[in-house]
Amino acid sequence: MKLLVCISKAPDTTSKIDFKDNNTEFNEAGVQFIVNPYDEWYALVRALELKEANGGSVTTITVGTAEDDSIIRKALAIGADNAVRVDAKAEDAYFTAFQIAEYAKANGFDMVLTGKETINFNGSQIGGMIAQLLDQPFVSLATKLEMSGNTATIDQEIVGGSEIISLETPFVLSAAKGMAEQRIPNMRGIMAARTKPLEVIPAAACDAMTSFETFELPEAKSACKYVDADNVAELVSLLHNEAKII
Amino acid sequence: MSVLVYIDTLSGKIAKNAMEAVQYGSKIGSTTVVTNGDISEGELSKLGAYGASKVLVNKALKSNDSEQITKLVAKAVESTGAETVVFSHDLVGRAVAPRLSVLLNAGLVSGAVALPNDNGQVKVNVFSGKAYGFVNVKTSKKVIALTPNSVGVVPGSGEASVEAFDADLGASKITVKEIKKQEGDILLPEAELVVSGGRGLKGPENWGMIEDLAKVLGAATACSRPVADIGWRPHHEHVGQTGVAIRPNLYIAAGISGAIQHLAGVNASKVIVVINTDPEAPFFKAADYGIVGDAFDVIPKLTEEIKKLKAEN
Ligand SMILES: Cc1cc2nc3c(=O)[nH]c(=O)nc-3n(C[C@H](O)[C@H](O)[C@H](O)COP(=O)(O)OP(=O)(O)OC[C@H]3O[C@@H](n4cnc5c(N)ncnc54)[C@H](O)[C@@H]3O)c2cc1C
Repeated sequence: MKLLVCISKAPDTTSKIDFKDNNTEFNEAGVQFIVNPYDEWYALVRALELKEANGGSVTTITVGTAEDDSIIRKALAIGADNAVRVDAKAEDAYFTAFQIAEYAKANGFDMVLTGKETINFNGSQIGGMIAQLLDQPFVSLATKLEMSGNTATIDQEIVGGSEIISLETPFVLSAAKGMAEQRIPNMRGIMAARTKPLEVIPAAACDAMTSFETFELPEAKSACKYVDADNVAELVSLLHNEAKII
Repeated sequence: MSVLVYIDTLSGKIAKNAMEAVQYGSKIGSTTVVTNGDISEGELSKLGAYGASKVLVNKALKSNDSEQITKLVAKAVESTGAETVVFSHDLVGRAVAPRLSVLLNAGLVSGAVALPNDNGQVKVNVFSGKAYGFVNVKTSKKVIALTPNSVGVVPGSGEASVEAFDADLGASKITVKEIKKQEGDILLPEAELVVSGGRGLKGPENWGMIEDLAKVLGAATACSRPVADIGWRPHHEHVGQTGVAIRPNLYIAAGISGAIQHLAGVNASKVIVVINTDPEAPFFKAADYGIVGDAFDVIPKLTEEIKKLKAEN
């Protein structure tokens, strides 16, 4: 089975978020970057497990600049066979999905996997867009994936619960918690990653449909009001009379 | 301007986040709703109270296959001439809105938390609740997926007309083998009140008091990531940067330290109450009300006091 896993760069989860140039750009100064957790922990690791069980290959794809190469090497260290980087700034979700779909069309994959969302833009857009561009089914928020030949059996989160579905490859899937367990790359993986192929390809012509104009930070909270542990009734009275929410 | 709102009604009921999406749409323009599944006309006509003039329903489509729903919504866009399509950014919206955006060449704004501003830009959640961004859509058609519980909903009056709506949806490539309903009837992503527990509660056997409190409040239950990872609670209760992001009116956190990744998913809550034995717990900095104390002592007392309040009112 040929698997393509979409890998995105995201700021480390402990990063302090602020903006520069009149709040038009994320301020990357001092920020550590990681592989977007949903891409790494769930999509990539499950793809590797499927390859280990059934054979095949795992390719990662990233739309980004040379600054993304370090997180791509991390994905290779965890075990992907090869990586592709579309050499362009990821203008918006559509631009990004378009690049990935072009590569997938040209190279033919049984499955394209993404994470549920990125932790910087939280859009949940890329997977569905790729599926539409490839004219394939899309399984969003998969929490379990088993393959038997070309047939996949998947647990999927739905409104108010979950469902078990089955479908044939090819399809696009977004991976959520439950799919797999995080893997820490070992020394051998890290060494091997240095020499694994990372192909850099030019972007296809595509106009972004959206742009971020400005950003802002949430208003600071006012100080916490403390209530004595022996006076829980006062808390209830505050929630009822002051906050008026119960 | 003509607006189309897609809502998921597969449960046979109209969820609050669906009403919210309809009302949001009606503030942008004249609103038609499209939905599918086995839901009564009487139920659907109530959407008039949220600003819909017409509801199109396809009763034949009883699954949430994103390929088929996309075709249904695209057909409804064609027949209504809608320029803006609104979804709730829920599990169905997440799957269908991106497909529709590509099909219609309509820029997608996902995770909206407000109406478009005077420049037509839409405010969205970014960095998992740590910031907001303003998105400009360059295409003439637009798709907006609205964050549940972000703008709220106030019922008005009126009835919508309901029409059957046929469309060529093709055959689904997906077979549904089993549907598992989640226990409890208050769904976390849309809940107005949430009671949440962390590792400080020591073990799954201690969640009875969390459930009791949730019950008297009519709240959903949630937990921190380690609690779901160890298997004390189901994964769908995990809130935070790598779990569900929520914005209820009230979030009560017991035995949760308030790590930055946890806060990211809950700090849009209107009121936060923190109960923690450690006065230095970082969560107090994000709290509106705090009790430095033992959750095992405070939570049952809180349940009793709320019962008293409910009895008085
Ligand atoms: C990449 C990444 C992503 C992450 N994503 C998330 C996420 O999405 N959501 C999330 O929650 N975490 C996430 N985390 C984990 C996060 O960093 C914290 O480790 C986690 O939130 C801590 O959970 P906790 O507060 O339940 O446990 P702890 O940190 O162990 O805190 C337990 C708290 O309980 C208090 N306590 C103990 N006994 C009592 C008592 N009897 N009564 C009252 N209080 C008591 C303690 O004082 C302490 O503050 C992520 C971490 C990483 C690295």
